[in-house]
Amino acid sequence: MSDTAQTIRPTLNRHVDFARRSLLISIWFAILTFPIMVMRADVAARSIVWRWSNLVWVIAGTFVGSWIWRVALERKKNGGGNPSGPGSRGIAAVRARIAILTRQRHFTLGSFIVLAVVIGIFPFAGGMWQTNVMITALLYVVLGLGLNIIIGLGGMLHIGYIAFYALGAYSYALLNQQFGLNFWMALPVGALIGGVASLLIGIPVLRLRGDYLAIVTLAFAEITRLVLENWADVTGGTAGIRSIPRPTIPGMRMTLPQTTVFIYFTMIALVVFTIFVVRRLENSRIGRQFVAMKEDVIAAQAMGVNVAKTKLTALGLGGVWAGMAGVVFAARTTFINPASFSVWESIIVLCTVVLGGMGSIPGVIVGALVLILVPEYLRAFVQFRMLLFGAILVTMMVFRPGGIIQKRRRAYTISSVEKQQAVTESGDLSIEG
Amino acid sequence: MNYFLNLVIGGLTRGSIYALLALGYTMVYGIIELINFAHGEIYMIGAFTALIVALALSFLGLDGISILVIASLIAMVYSAAYGFTMEKIAYKPVRNSLRLSALISAIGMSLFLQNYVRLAQTSNFVPFPTLIPEMQFLQTLPVRINSAQVVILTTTAIVMVALTFLIKFTRIGKSMRAASQDKTMAMLLGVNVNRVISVTFVIGSATAALGGVLISSFTGQINFYIGFMAGIKAFVAAVLGGIGSIPGAVLGSFVLGLTESLGAGYISSDYEDVFAFAILIIILILKPSGLLGRPENKKV
Repeated sequence: MSDTAQTIRPTLNRHVDFARRSLLISIWFAILTFPIMVMRADVAARSIVWRWSNLVWVIAGTFVGSWIWRVALERKKNGGGNPSGPGSRGIAAVRARIAILTRQRHFTLGSFIVLAVVIGIFPFAGGMWQTNVMITALLYVVLGLGLNIIIGLGGMLHIGYIAFYALGAYSYALLNQQFGLNFWMALPVGALIGGVASLLIGIPVLRLRGDYLAIVTLAFAEITRLVLENWADVTGGTAGIRSIPRPTIPGMRMTLPQTTVFIYFTMIALVVFTIFVVRRLENSRIGRQFVAMKEDVIAAQAMGVNVAKTKLTALGLGGVWAGMAGVVFAARTTFINPASFSVWESIIVLCTVVLGGMGSIPGVIVGALVLILVPEYLRAFVQFRMLLFGAILVTMMVFRPGGIIQKRRRAYTISSVEKQQAVTESGDLSIEG
Repeated sequence: MNYFLNLVIGGLTRGSIYALLALGYTMVYGIIELINFAHGEIYMIGAFTALIVALALSFLGLDGISILVIASLIAMVYSAAYGFTMEKIAYKPVRNSLRLSALISAIGMSLFLQNYVRLAQTSNFVPFPTLIPEMQFLQTLPVRINSAQVVILTTTAIVMVALTFLIKFTRIGKSMRAASQDKTMAMLLGVNVNRVISVTFVIGSATAALGGVLISSFTGQINFYIGFMAGIKAFVAAVLGGIGSIPGAVLGSFVLGLTESLGAGYISSDYEDVFAFAILIIILILKPSGLLGRPENKKV
């Protein structure tokens, strides 16, 4: 009896403390947001609209929010570096069980079959709108995986990635308009243009480090967009290019729903191909050079890694995917203009990579799906969705800075494999590999 | 010649505004190495606060100058409070994680603040009152310069001198310099680094708000999105001058402002932003750490 009282009292005291602090926080926010939330300037009528109800909302919202925030921060602090801490034991056990499950061959095979069936029937069960939303999400998956080569593997902060996507889209649109190239011919051309452009931009900026590189890539992307916008004779300016043909199977006539399904499967194939290439890349000689370079440039150089060449490889390969995704984008929307390729698009792709888990393939896929699908399905709250989006980004980074699925480094430690086998056999799940 | 002088004055005005914003960027970067993407939003919030306060004050029947001064001060206080709060919520918890996590957190904050103002106020452009009164004697000068430009240039000069003084000669300035060199060592020597970071955000946000009020009364209209492009340009200016360096930020801003103004005046105004980004790329290729940046020393 006294035992439980002893554990309850500190908890209670803590929550009283939280409540007091949260109250102070909510008063602070009430003052902070007063001019923007409560007053509204109606300049036309030269008057101020007073909205006192908002004040109540702010106070209540920040009070609850601050309380939850504090509890979550405390939990993160206790559970973070200490896997045997209270509350995280259950999660650890589940994780260990999943780890063992996924190591069994028939389980992996089974989940692949289920996934393939779900992907296969999705466009027929979901309808046009769902399929279209999914195509958008898959485009971002490809973009995310491509940017992941540059950021996650190459370790270069690139915020102008969308420029190569734009180049891919415009190369298909223009090649089709001028020379009548079809989608399938334009796809490799777009990929090539994206890759070469990325490489060419990479050469002069190789000497720059982290944030300097970030702003220069952003500058290149903005220049690309502005040129597309102002070079009206060729690109059509802000009006863009219309009636770009959708992709078809040569010699077949297809209705719009059929084409949509076709684009969907093309995207699935592209995603699978991307995953295949990135996986092979990670485990290749270049992949290990990427890892070495990311860990320590000087040490890598000392070990004989040609840093310039490795960086350019990452940039070039990354650009290829953006170019391809761009061609598909142009073919799918049939209309492109420079407004689709703003800085925000680059930032969203960057967010999918970091939010999902930098360097991790499943992480980036999940990140892209979440980031594109959630706002689409939040259309009910269309007013608030960008607000929520911003808040979610901040919250995620505070509580899970490594992303949804964090990358695990491949490690060949024989002893740990043996230990895991021992674990599986004895059925003891409390040790993590 | 007159055309050229007008362009130069236009460029300097622009440069001053970029400088007021770039100072905040460069100070924050110097200490916590974070690209504060939401800095432009603080500038925008400053402009909106000033608009609301100015409207409220005009009912009290105050005259132009006193409205300008009071509205600017309140906007600066509020923006400083926003900057302070933002740092506590979005940046302090991620200070020890990956640099990219902090950047994404800043992007999230930027999106949040933009949409917060869009929802709470309006998504349209709002006319901003001309708070800066006309000065008659300017008409007699041979070059075309209006009172807003004079006020902007002098304010920027004053802020610059005050900041240099603050950083060179005061106790908090010394702590800031110590923290920007080595946070851990500064902490060991008794510098309250958390406080230094907060003060940096407060100062940076207040100068950004001042920039917001001045440029808005110069351009005459604002909306929730003005902070984004201004923020990017200011960041370009800070990088151009060598990020982390205060004189560099000022120099970079003026180079950027003049390039834009002269490029737009002599070549084509459609490509104004292209010139800004092109000069950035050219300078960084020639001097990878910016005009006045410290060269990076490699550690093994």
